[in-house]
Amino acid sequence: MKIIFTAKGDNWESKIDERFGRAEMFVLFDEADDSFKAIKIETEHMEHGAGLQTAQKALELSPDVIITGNGAGNKALDILKRSSVKMYIGAGEMSLKEAYEAYKNEKLNLQF
Amino acid sequence: MRVTIASGKGGTGKTTLSVNLAAYLAKHKKDVVLADLDVEEPNSQLFIIGEEKSCTTANKMVPHWDKSECTYCGECADICNFNAIVALSDEIIIYPQLCHSCYACSELCPTNSLPMQSERIGEIKLFESKGFDLIEGRLDLGQEMAVGLIAQTIDFIDKGYEDSLKLFDAPPGTSCPVIEATKKSDLVLLVTEPTPFGLNDLTLAVETMKVLGKKMGVIINRYGIGDDAVEAYCKAEHIPIVAKIKNDKAVAECYARGELVYEQIEHFKASIEQIANFIEDYR
Repeated sequence: MKIIFTAKGDNWESKIDERFGRAEMFVLFDEADDSFKAIKIETEHMEHGAGLQTAQKALELSPDVIITGNGAGNKALDILKRSSVKMYIGAGEMSLKEAYEAYKNEKLNLQF
Repeated sequence: MRVTIASGKGGTGKTTLSVNLAAYLAKHKKDVVLADLDVEEPNSQLFIIGEEKSCTTANKMVPHWDKSECTYCGECADICNFNAIVALSDEIIIYPQLCHSCYACSELCPTNSLPMQSERIGEIKLFESKGFDLIEGRLDLGQEMAVGLIAQTIDFIDKGYEDSLKLFDAPPGTSCPVIEATKKSDLVLLVTEPTPFGLNDLTLAVETMKVLGKKMGVIINRYGIGDDAVEAYCKAEHIPIVAKIKNDKAVAECYARGELVYEQIEHFKASIEQIANFIEDYR
């Protein structure tokens, strides 16, 4: 499984960024080979449409799962739903590690 | 001459003032036209007993994806400053609401796969009432680009009413729609109320108008409530206070009935007269 976390930092102890469209970064974790990679998302300069660009970026990484806090907005959802990715929400207060465990234990809610 | 009636804060009385000022000037044989540029929620028309004379569709140009030659290179999405295009590996998705009609994607597409096409965004209506015309821009539900329609509404007036005094009822705030509604104007009248909220938003509006290099006047509505900080601010900034409209429940009652206030309330009429004279002197 390839998992994207919306994150405020680049390691397992970092907090989840509860926002999807304007998340500070993605952390891409691949369970197949334990690879772990942080990817900056630069949306500060965007007045509108940040969610769309973030969704496009997410799909370029072809994840199976996205783990975030509040979930994606309507426009981003429109893009994400074109793929088979599953989005889990409700990890806003957790660290990446806690969020991953919560996901494994089926404690997170599925947005779609 | 173009005069924009604006305000930082919403609900300060822009529309009440615009409609009454237009009606007052028309009654005094002035050649005046009123434009409702609050295209996201135009409401001047509610206060005008007028007849709809024309309705013109307002369009904007947006790209449409022609997939036949597309190589999915993604140049269009990269070049778009407004994030209106998402390029996926097998689909190009366009969000017309976000498009500013800049043509960059269409012109720069290596395979000409994004021809521009016209799309409806709203309408421009002309109402004829006692002595003056009202032009209303009205954005369709779900549309986000107020600026284009405001520009088209101003063009409509510039073409049809060259020599008239043009009063523009602007949207509230200080963002792009307000700038579009003021940038061509000779004078900006800022309506505020004498409260900390009023002052805060007036300050933002004044700062914006300074950047645009606009001549300003301030109208204090609901005078008598709050404090005197707005007056002190205007004095310090050397901005003339054109009128102080007394706080009076009877004005609100008139407004709520959709009636012209100046015809019924003397002190309000006196304030409108001061504003009319200020504009006249300015001319």
